[in-house]
Amino acid sequence: MSFLVGENLVGGYGGADILRGCTIEVNEGEIAVIVGPNGAGKSTAMKALLGMLDLREGEVRFRDRNLSSLTPQRRIAEGIAFVPQTQNVFTSMTVYENLEMGAFLRDDQIDETVEQVYELFPILAQKRDQLAGELSGGQRQQVAVARALMSRPSVLMLDEPTAGVSPIVMDELFDRILEVRATGVAILMVEQNARQALDIADRGYVLVMGENRHTDSGSALLADPVVRRSFLGG
Amino acid sequence: MEVLGDITSAVVLLLNFIVVPGLSYGSQLALGALGITLVFGILRFANFAHGDTMAFGTMIVILVTWWLQAQGINLGPLPTALLALPAGILLTVVLLVVTDRLVYRHYRRQKSAPVTFMIASIGVMFVTNGVVRFVIGPNDQRFLDGERFILRARDFKASTGLAEGLSIKVSQGLTIVIAVLLVAALFWFLQKTRTGKAMRAYSDNEDLALLSGVDPDRVVLVTWTIAAILATIAGTLYGLDKSFKPFTYLQLLLPMFAAAIVGGIGNPIGAILGGYVIAFSEVMVTYAYKKVFIYLLPQGLEPEGLVQLLSTDYKFAVSFVILVLVLLVRPTGLLRGKVL
Repeated sequence: MSFLVGENLVGGYGGADILRGCTIEVNEGEIAVIVGPNGAGKSTAMKALLGMLDLREGEVRFRDRNLSSLTPQRRIAEGIAFVPQTQNVFTSMTVYENLEMGAFLRDDQIDETVEQVYELFPILAQKRDQLAGELSGGQRQQVAVARALMSRPSVLMLDEPTAGVSPIVMDELFDRILEVRATGVAILMVEQNARQALDIADRGYVLVMGENRHTDSGSALLADPVVRRSFLGG
Repeated sequence: MEVLGDITSAVVLLLNFIVVPGLSYGSQLALGALGITLVFGILRFANFAHGDTMAFGTMIVILVTWWLQAQGINLGPLPTALLALPAGILLTVVLLVVTDRLVYRHYRRQKSAPVTFMIASIGVMFVTNGVVRFVIGPNDQRFLDGERFILRARDFKASTGLAEGLSIKVSQGLTIVIAVLLVAALFWFLQKTRTGKAMRAYSDNEDLALLSGVDPDRVVLVTWTIAAILATIAGTLYGLDKSFKPFTYLQLLLPMFAAAIVGGIGNPIGAILGGYVIAFSEVMVTYAYKKVFIYLLPQGLEPEGLVQLLSTDYKFAVSFVILVLVLLVRPTGLLRGKVL
């Protein structure tokens, strides 16, 4: 049995189908990475898991429960958190308020989670009273991930978390994501930096034209000469 | 000594005819502009019906005031209208929520463009305006009772021995006090409460707010409630200070929008700043400064004309000119707001 799975997903945003039967799956304490060329439907597959587009076929199951009829909000309440690629922080609110918004659906004390998040991203503790819009790109990404973690999700979905940040920040962000995995969270990422992402992935999906082209462990995909030549630039 | 007296008289003149009226009119505009800016920031459209929402709320307050007066109930020195405010607010909330259900919700579900909402709000404006005229009539209504002045010009002259008097009306004092309290409460709500933060988050980034679990229906409901509170109180204070006439409230739309845009639309602090900028500009440009110059200039140099930059008939031109200038030079407003 799998933790979160989208099976035989077919659908798009009204026009032609973007997803054409792909299957994506992620388990607890595991990092799954979706890579592939532009327009392969990577982000769309993730949005399908979250319920942000109408599927014509296939279903999304979470803990063996069919989520297909639930709105994105309901799925978030179920323990799935999502970090969009852009506009993923509340720019006019402070770092701390961003964290509070991440915990919006919780009605217990959030102080402990805040401390954990500060431990993971120490810079946020320093900048807690600063507006998120005034932070650098890398710091903003940290706020975005931290906001998502505040709901104590069991699945964390990240849409290109390292887009537009420097290589150093990228490495650091991947280190943090590994630490999050260690707490037992299932992590699903869409990544442009395919090499580095597959390097930390337990499970890798190469998506082409909305279909699964290659599926294997991250290291196996990195070692596969066909995948290397076609998708990783040699 | 006489020079000092003249200068003091000139200052009192300016206080009496510019500062006090500017502060109270500015407060009324600020409350109106706050409602407009909140709806714009959260529901994302320019609500042209806001002036008539104010008229509706004030109308209810007037009707209830009359009823209370007929029952012999009053507030002593304070206007009875204050007692009628809760009823006015309540019915205005009902009006706005029903309007939202009947009109705006449909367009929200269609994910219509802001301009569609704006045009719909013009329709709502006409309907609300029609209801108000139908119920209370198009004429002036007076509903101020209780004490008229906090400070009378005569008393001020007698106690200071100055040639010029300073008067502060109860309605002006009330306007300023209530505006300060209301704004403080609103900011506390937006900054400190869970719902207030959810509203700011929704205004900042709707998608991310939804992803955080903010309930959009609740945000919409609370926004209309706050808009109703602000509109009813602003309208009632304006009506107590000047008088109530449905058409005047329609006309208030221009200075209120000017205030919201000048301050930076979507930005609550900007709306307050904009309210005072517009009010003081209007009062200062239309005031006849002749007497001030008589006090300040040496004898023989006093001006012959009224020294009035614009006739009061043109006071709306002031809002309009400021609005155009701001949109040309600094479209985000004085404080950073959204671009229309």
